[in-house]
Amino acid sequence: MKMKKDLRGQTSNFLQNNLVPIMFIAICIVCYPLAGFSPSYLINEIVTRMGRNIFLILSLLIPIMAGMGLNFGMTLGAMAGQIALIFVTDWQIWGIPGVVLAMLLSIPLSALMGLMCGKLMNMVKGREMILGYMMNYFVGGLYQLVVLYMMGPIIPIKHASIRLPRGYGLRTTVNLTNLRQCLDNQFAIRVQGVKIPVLTFIIIGALCLFILWFRRTKLGQDMRAVGQDMEVARAAGIKVERTRIIAIIMSTVFAGFGQIIYLQNIGNFPTCTAHTQIGMFCIAALLVGGASVEKASIGNVFLGVILFHTMFIMAPRAGAAITGNAMIGEYFRVFVSYGVITLALIMYETKKRRARSQGGALLALAQKEGGVQS
Amino acid sequence: MRGIKKDFFGNQVLTDINFTLEAGQVLGLCGENGAGKSTLMKILFGMDVIRETGGYSGDILINGEKAAFNTPFDALAAGIGMVHQEFSLIPGFTATENILLNREPQKKNVISEVFGDRLNTLDYKEMDRRAAAAIEKMGVEIDAKMIISSMPVGHKQFTEIARELSKDQLKLLILDEPTAVLTEKEAEALLDSIRGMAAQGISVIFITHRLHEILAVCDKVVVMRDGHVVRDVPAGQTSVDDITRWMVGRDVQSTAASIETKAEAADAKIIMSIKNLWVDMPGETVRDVSLDVREGEILGIGGLAGQGKLGIPNGVMGLYEAGGTVVFDGREIPLNSPRKCLDSSLAFVSEDRREVGLLLDESLEWNVAFPAMQIQDKFLKKLLGGLIKWRDERAIHQVTQKYVDQLQIKCTSTTQKARELSGGNQQKICLAKAFALEPKFLFVSEPTRGIDVGAKALVLDALRQFNRESGVTVVMISSELEELRQTCDRIAIVSGGRVAGIRPAADSSESFGALMVSQVV
Amino acid sequence: MDKSERLQQTRLSQLVNTFGLPRLIIAGFLLFLFIVAPIAGADLPTQITNVFNRFSWNAVLVLAMVPMVHSGCGLNFGIPLGILAGLLGATLSIEMGFTGALSFVMAILISTPFALLFGGGYGLLLNRIKGGEMMVATYVGFSSVSFMCIMWLMIPYKNPSIVMAYTGVGLRNVFSLENFYANVLSDFLKIDLNPIGINLVIPTGSLLFFALLAFGMWAFLHTKTGTAMTAVGSNPTFAKAAGINVDRIRMLSVILSTWLGAVGILIYQQGFGFVQLYTAPFYMAMPAVAAILIGGASVNKASVGNVIVGTILFQGLVTMTPTVMNALIHIDISEVVRIIVSNGMIVYALTRKTEGGK
Repeated sequence: MKMKKDLRGQTSNFLQNNLVPIMFIAICIVCYPLAGFSPSYLINEIVTRMGRNIFLILSLLIPIMAGMGLNFGMTLGAMAGQIALIFVTDWQIWGIPGVVLAMLLSIPLSALMGLMCGKLMNMVKGREMILGYMMNYFVGGLYQLVVLYMMGPIIPIKHASIRLPRGYGLRTTVNLTNLRQCLDNQFAIRVQGVKIPVLTFIIIGALCLFILWFRRTKLGQDMRAVGQDMEVARAAGIKVERTRIIAIIMSTVFAGFGQIIYLQNIGNFPTCTAHTQIGMFCIAALLVGGASVEKASIGNVFLGVILFHTMFIMAPRAGAAITGNAMIGEYFRVFVSYGVITLALIMYETKKRRARSQGGALLALAQKEGGVQS
Repeated sequence: MRGIKKDFFGNQVLTDINFTLEAGQVLGLCGENGAGKSTLMKILFGMDVIRETGGYSGDILINGEKAAFNTPFDALAAGIGMVHQEFSLIPGFTATENILLNREPQKKNVISEVFGDRLNTLDYKEMDRRAAAAIEKMGVEIDAKMIISSMPVGHKQFTEIARELSKDQLKLLILDEPTAVLTEKEAEALLDSIRGMAAQGISVIFITHRLHEILAVCDKVVVMRDGHVVRDVPAGQTSVDDITRWMVGRDVQSTAASIETKAEAADAKIIMSIKNLWVDMPGETVRDVSLDVREGEILGIGGLAGQGKLGIPNGVMGLYEAGGTVVFDGREIPLNSPRKCLDSSLAFVSEDRREVGLLLDESLEWNVAFPAMQIQDKFLKKLLGGLIKWRDERAIHQVTQKYVDQLQIKCTSTTQKARELSGGNQQKICLAKAFALEPKFLFVSEPTRGIDVGAKALVLDALRQFNRESGVTVVMISSELEELRQTCDRIAIVSGGRVAGIRPAADSSESFGALMVSQVV
Repeated sequence: MDKSERLQQTRLSQLVNTFGLPRLIIAGFLLFLFIVAPIAGADLPTQITNVFNRFSWNAVLVLAMVPMVHSGCGLNFGIPLGILAGLLGATLSIEMGFTGALSFVMAILISTPFALLFGGGYGLLLNRIKGGEMMVATYVGFSSVSFMCIMWLMIPYKNPSIVMAYTGVGLRNVFSLENFYANVLSDFLKIDLNPIGINLVIPTGSLLFFALLAFGMWAFLHTKTGTAMTAVGSNPTFAKAAGINVDRIRMLSVILSTWLGAVGILIYQQGFGFVQLYTAPFYMAMPAVAAILIGGASVNKASVGNVIVGTILFQGLVTMTPTVMNALIHIDISEVVRIIVSNGMIVYALTRKTEGGK
């Protein structure tokens, strides 16, 4: 009897903890026949998107470990990556050397932005997410100032393919034709018509290994400690502020790399707006994979990318099939992405409050029993 | 320790503390709240507060050498470990990880050679070994692989002790009320492990309110009162009664009891009757309290910190979850509803001025008038036949000015922000707020906490005057027994969340002291 | 002499403290723009007219921030909910065939129940997540906007002046209000100085309408309930101990905010002359939040004065910068300046609260 209850408790717990992935699996199953894509097309698309996105999403893991929540400020890294790509394009360095150079260039920029973001986040402990989110827009403005006005007269940009003829500012799109998929095509193999970007996956694998290894280092352990209880960690002599800043810097640098990988796959980017949606889609994908604001694993990343992008690919066609209007599917997938983040945030906040009141409820019960006895 | 003196802004809290402790000895330290135990330990442990408030005088000698600790880390390095009352553990870590927090054994690797030691990998085998050794040393079995958040409270406490023991240099361990959260059996195990540690040459300072534990495990007992060491005797030569007497005993002059105890109090009618009250207030749990309050009296509620005396008013007034029955003036008052209490002309001055008592960022006028405005529709002008209730700024100003004058509140004007006042004046504003409600019954919780002597007398006088002149029944909760004895007619002592006894204020301090420690949990 | 100098210094620092450094800088910059404008060849009265107009469009949306800030719910990043209620009111009023001024009145009337409904649900949600309102509010706003995107397509609107011209199914992205309520308020008692040669037009009606709402808000904050709301925002524990039902007051403030958001967007539309649907409400929250912060509000304190000052400063900045910059250096960086100033202001306000607090 008790076991049965336990079992039921476990199942409902499992359901509760994995509500979002289960919902998504259901959506995908429903959409699949409606969308009518061939399996090979679908798999091809998903593999491409995995190569494109996973690195970016992995960059979110470290701040979660350090208890700083979903790093909405990862967009700062994406901007750094874009600036690096702009330089590389201007200098006409193509192929893999170009990508590597862009990554190297992005490091100091990302680190600087991460430092700034980390410092500010230390001022608003407990509300890191809203700050990171607003930093996006603020730094986004600075980025536009640099890209649209300072590039040319102040920051030398020579090449006519990206600079506007008026002498300052960049064209609305930066073309990366010669960088396009240079990572993806290296050692790429085709399995039954599905192109697998081996090198990209190797890089992703390396980052996964790094993260696993990092959790076992002193710094990783410190981050976990800081993430769970800042005061205790401080009392034990861990430099809390510094550790948190390092976490954000690492995340920002990885996000910069991730954005470069993402853009080399796509092959061009809108100069001013390429970064704006990145944060949202990455965070939504991670949450779809079953992560929460305070807990995320590499498994969540992979599952999330697959589920989220399956939905993303199929939603417009499925929407069109149901309603006869492709736009509905388009809006639906945007709605779902936002909805997932909203749901995760609400669950996180209510859980935080419930944890507090639960302790009280338990105590009350114990006293009640005690009260009856005496 | 020799001649330790410490004052907080001129308030002498420690005077000439001298005692010695030999290696492998266990010293029991006891005394009432506010006797100076914690301050003394903070000095010993080099806590930041001490330095921030102007340091201390006197010397601490360790192994014959003078030691001065500027931070807890200095103290740790010198071999002093402390287990605080609050747990300092990372909830999601295992016992092993917590025991070795920030002192993990590490292995170098290629990357850390380049980027610095923080990228060393942890040596998990060595961690397990050291944690096991520390647990072994303590002599109590706990599961080193268990996550802290799923441990019972006792095991958390043991993990903390094991953490201190895992430090190789540990010579002196301070345990601040370690048995408060333990069950009988766990406490036994802890006492055993204290004996074990002493046998291994580690000195222990053991602070507790459970006096029999001191007798069971300590070599010597130091009793403190009002910042003095009043007794320093070998544990074998004393008894619980002796210690109790030393703890609360006062000089003859200061035991002047309540100035004007009401003689007729005994036959006055009972205005509030509390039955089987339990309150879930963290740190101040109340269990099954029954208490009658007579009309027109000042009833004191005393007891040691954490024993539940604060839980009573907070529970009755609905600020913390509570159960039981409270009958006021013949009618039962529903619990967990502050509004209903206030509607029945009860008022409460909270012990937590800054969080509960005041709107720190608003004017004094608002602070004083707000509850009365909301509860009793005072200070409002009714416009359009009562449809709109408009704030009457003039009336608000008048009432605030009245109390500012009456209670001698020092402020630049009645529109000053409450945050800018001193503690004593803030407390007076809290009183004014309650007075403005013109209640029939007033709970006052720790009215003199954190305010200076002059303000203290004024606050107590104001309360007494309010009681005697307006005939308002007052229940005053305070940790300071003398203050209660001077102000109240009767004093109830709460111990272990229960009422241990009610005595007239004129009773001897010793009898109250005995009640205080009678049911300590 | 030395003393008076020091006195002046403290006065200056006091001024900076009370007025806030960023606000001083922005006000100074705006003043600079006004001085430079004529030199740069821009027509000052036209500029002032622009500022008046933009003020009248936006002020009510900014006012909608006030109740929630007062009750401690933080900055209302969820204002898109109110805007959606307003859009429903606008489209339904037109769908039902109302025109002219009547369509405006009907739009307000129709949007009211929606605002109550949305605000109620939203308030219920916010009461469950005290302390984390702002982040959740942002995403509640986003998801409801994207949900309504679907709805704009699905709800069977019929009126040919608002549905898509081509298919007849779903609403247009943008439609004109020319035959409906464009400028119904701003044309009321309009003061037009063009006949006497000055390019100054004052949209008296809109300003009066705002003044009415602002007065209502000011008055509300002076009533018993309004006082309770301020206290809840200032210290919820104090309010609870004083017998206030904190959740109910918060709920009231959220509904009020949402309703003002609905009215605010309708006023915006009547000035702007167009209704923007679909993704337009996404980024409506930021300018309003930035404006009230520039006006000197903080995350938990705001007054009607903040609204007026903030809207004038912010909208002044937005309208003046492009013209003056264009005239001076022939580069239009106003959009970027707007983004940096508004979001920088929000970041600044966020970091300040915990510093000043306990």
